[in-house]
Amino acid sequence: MKIINKFNMNFYARSANEGFARSCISAFASQLDPTIEELNDIKTAVSEAVTNCIVHAYKEKLGKIYIISEIAEGGVLKIKIRDTGCGIENIEQALTPLFTTLGGERAGLGFAVMQSFMDSVKVSSKLGKGTTVTMTKKILPRITVNG
Amino acid sequence: MSVEITIKGEVVTAYLTGELDHHNAAGIREKIDGAIDSNMPSLLVLDFGGVSFMDSSGIGLIMGRYRCLQKHGAKMHITGASPQIEKVMKLAGMNRLASIN
Ligand SMILES: Nc1ncnc2c1ncn2[C@@H]1O[C@H](COP(=O)(O)OP(=O)(O)OP(=O)(O)O)[C@@H](O)[C@H]1O
Ligand SMILES: [Mg+2]
Repeated sequence: MKIINKFNMNFYARSANEGFARSCISAFASQLDPTIEELNDIKTAVSEAVTNCIVHAYKEKLGKIYIISEIAEGGVLKIKIRDTGCGIENIEQALTPLFTTLGGERAGLGFAVMQSFMDSVKVSSKLGKGTTVTMTKKILPRITVNG
Repeated sequence: MSVEITIKGEVVTAYLTGELDHHNAAGIREKIDGAIDSNMPSLLVLDFGGVSFMDSSGIGLIMGRYRCLQKHGAKMHITGASPQIEKVMKLAGMNRLASIN
């Protein structure tokens, strides 16, 4: 699929950047003229993936988070969120709703949210090397009244 | 993000404003837990009327408070959730823990 637009960002894995990352992707995705619900789905999924990098991948360490987002022909938005943190030992288990390695204040629902709000979610990870989450969502063109 | 606590008899109401994510959750949690500890309410009302965004960190916050209330036999009520927040809550099955409107 032909890529029409692309953007690239990286930032420190600081929790203050959770809101910043959501806003950036949301502004980029707005080019596809999504509905408010579609935009909120994207923001929520991005927030989950970025938060995971901060609370799980780096823990006490200050690492970096890398995001690449593309808009492809046909209105498909692709978002790739990568960290170079601890990695995930068992991806299948991590994707299971309610599974969490942190307990306490974590619900274990981040991946469930991503999977339910986006069209596709792919996770690749290497222990000690890091994790990449790739998500896509197709934004359907809207029929507008009065042109 | 901010929280405004009001106490009326045995009811503690927390009115939340802002974006409820991991970055903001800890401060909010402290304030709500403080109000629960010092008032021992029979009902905690979480009013999301001022919340413009919430992710699973908000679910963690709700579940944590729910567990704490349960120990005292107290109940929880959730109100004012926007469609975005309601969608996240629904996915998490929050309606099984608390009354929502
Ligand atoms: N980027 C990451 N690096 C390392 N481990 C991760 C990463 N993302 C997720 N995980 C692991 O996968 C588990 C499940 O993630 P998920 O987001 O579904 O739940 P959670 O983060 O534990 O809780 P919640 O998202 O509800 O606050 C995490 O507990 C963690 O062990
Ligand atoms: Mg998570």
